[in-house]
Amino acid sequence: MSAARQRRPTGGNGAVFVKLHEFNWRRFWAVVVKEFIQMRRDRVTFAMMIGIPILQLILFGYAINSDPKHLPTAVYSADNSVFSRTIVWGLRNSSYFDITREAKNEAEIQKLLAQGTVQFTVDIPVDFSRKLLRGERPDLLLEADATDPAAIGYAVAAINLLTTTVLNRDLTGPLAKLQGTPPPVNLVVHQHYNPENITQYNIVPGLMGVMLTMTMIIITALAITRERERGTMENLLSTPARPGEVMIGKIVPYITVGYIQVFLILLASKFLFNVPIVGSVPLLLVLTFFFIVANLAVGITFSTIGKNQLQAVQMAFFFFLPSLLLSGYMFPFRGMPGWAQDIGEMLPLTHYLRVVRGILLKGNGFAEIAPDLWPIALFLVVMLAIGIKRYRQTLD
Amino acid sequence: MDMNSPDLVIDVQGITKRFGNRTVVNNIPMQVRRGEIYGFLGPNGSGKTTFLRMLCGLLRPDGGSGRCLGFDIRSESGEIKKNIGYMTQRFSFYEDLTIEENLDFIARIYGVPERKSAVEKSLERLGMTKRRKQLAGELSGGWKQRLALSACLIHEPQLLLLDEPTAGVDPKARRDFWDEIQQLAGRGLTVLITTHYMDEAERCNRVAYISYGNLLASGTVDEVLKNSKLTTWEVTGGNLHEFAEKIRGKPGVEQVVAFGSTLHVSGLDAEKLHASVNPMITGDYHWQQIQSGLEDVFISLMETAKDNFS
Repeated sequence: MSAARQRRPTGGNGAVFVKLHEFNWRRFWAVVVKEFIQMRRDRVTFAMMIGIPILQLILFGYAINSDPKHLPTAVYSADNSVFSRTIVWGLRNSSYFDITREAKNEAEIQKLLAQGTVQFTVDIPVDFSRKLLRGERPDLLLEADATDPAAIGYAVAAINLLTTTVLNRDLTGPLAKLQGTPPPVNLVVHQHYNPENITQYNIVPGLMGVMLTMTMIIITALAITRERERGTMENLLSTPARPGEVMIGKIVPYITVGYIQVFLILLASKFLFNVPIVGSVPLLLVLTFFFIVANLAVGITFSTIGKNQLQAVQMAFFFFLPSLLLSGYMFPFRGMPGWAQDIGEMLPLTHYLRVVRGILLKGNGFAEIAPDLWPIALFLVVMLAIGIKRYRQTLD
Repeated sequence: MDMNSPDLVIDVQGITKRFGNRTVVNNIPMQVRRGEIYGFLGPNGSGKTTFLRMLCGLLRPDGGSGRCLGFDIRSESGEIKKNIGYMTQRFSFYEDLTIEENLDFIARIYGVPERKSAVEKSLERLGMTKRRKQLAGELSGGWKQRLALSACLIHEPQLLLLDEPTAGVDPKARRDFWDEIQQLAGRGLTVLITTHYMDEAERCNRVAYISYGNLLASGTVDEVLKNSKLTTWEVTGGNLHEFAEKIRGKPGVEQVVAFGSTLHVSGLDAEKLHASVNPMITGDYHWQQIQSGLEDVFISLMETAKDNFS
């Protein structure tokens, strides 16, 4: 009887105390071991848990550079003199400019800038050395692709400094009087496409690509894994419905969703952020189709790999994160080291951002956009092939 | 229908399916006649579901051939799918769709003519006309099962494949379900049904029993019982718990099962069984030989199969 009384507190006020007292390390350990086994079985979750911190570390630690250097630059030198060569040499040495092209005329320079082949163009006018020698402070024209203001800021500052000092080397003897202030050259900087350096002009159109990537992939991955997870896929496939019908039938509504997103962002661009819409909106809408389908294909592929909805979402983020960081959306693309740019070049978002910014801000037409269209199309074809192949296998 | 076998709705031979090295369905034949209720029995994981999936074209068999509804199961699965209703083990309609939307969706998938009235008829037969707007996910197990059956029937299939349709359903709903199945069969629908319940097996015209992917017995229930070499003794009186403890493990004794106030002792070797049980029948205990039950036979078949195949 007394023993029974002693045990009584289990139910009453002493419950908490008793529970602590009854804590069993063996049972506790059994749970720990079980959890580890389950974690190991769930390979995708495990990979994500490890993968995401590593990925973030690498990306934030090494890839992101807010002071981009070695920006591709085209030079059009109408004045072939020792001074113009010194300017080019000085640009090179500053490490901000990589002279990748020597243009033959003014038109070529404009084309290179519009295509995004180069970030800067340097235009040395025909009478540069003559005016310089006369002390007339000739113009040196620097044209910059300012769609992403962060990408050019430091480089513009560098060239300002450079023009005052680099020519001093050649201005010796009787020319020494041209040294010093004011600088011997009048630097003219033209910032194209986004002259006021308004970050929204860059961010808002880019958001279109980011949102499409995010939602298209997650939604399709979920929609298909959900069917499998809930067992409805088996039912669906026992009906005369063909796999292709099921898949395309599921995709089409999401294409619509994608276009709704595009319209919303275009409206926001125009009316909320006053982003100048220079190019053809219909052209953008047509090209957007490829991008949406490319992302849907990624979603389908993920849905065939993921066993449940959670895994599908995790994989979507696994793809989304590098897309966000390496595409040039968050950070200047050209600020990243070569390997990071290589990864970025493989992602459809990178190219789509160029398409969107090119059409909206630069007024690019199909010819300028084409170099960024085929990587998206290639990605689409490869992903769709993998997706459909894997989707078929899961049936059998 | 194939002119050669006007009566056989399912006529397949040597059906085999492997997943990796594991043979899940091993060389199984099956003949099911029109209007028949065919019971497909076997323990969990024995390959029943895999077999059904191969019949309706969800899986491609690794071996074997045959016809289902007169169509080749390998090359004409599209035609087969149009004419069967497959009810999966798990409720596999959309829980986030209403009853009506589910029926409408399935009717659309099958291209049912006069869809609206077909859905209406289906709702009426279900007795769910007033609850049509209710989400399927909110239904109880019994109602979900009825909804699934209705959805499988909406395109008026000739063959119904039911994978453990009555698992987790209360006895009343189970009986109603079987009454409906028998009515449908009476109208010429062929039904292939998998089950664990012996009372359901006894309501089938014919049964097949598989274990570890192998067909162990088939025929009418009576044939299966007759073909079994199992001998069963019913013991009454005395302390049956004590008796059960003592008899278990003796030579020839394979199953000792308590049924209320009686004990069934079974074994395949009648002589050994007799020799083991006989000396223990003393005092209060009485015994008599009885017809082995279907369950006893199946458990015996399963035990034997385990030795042979595992």
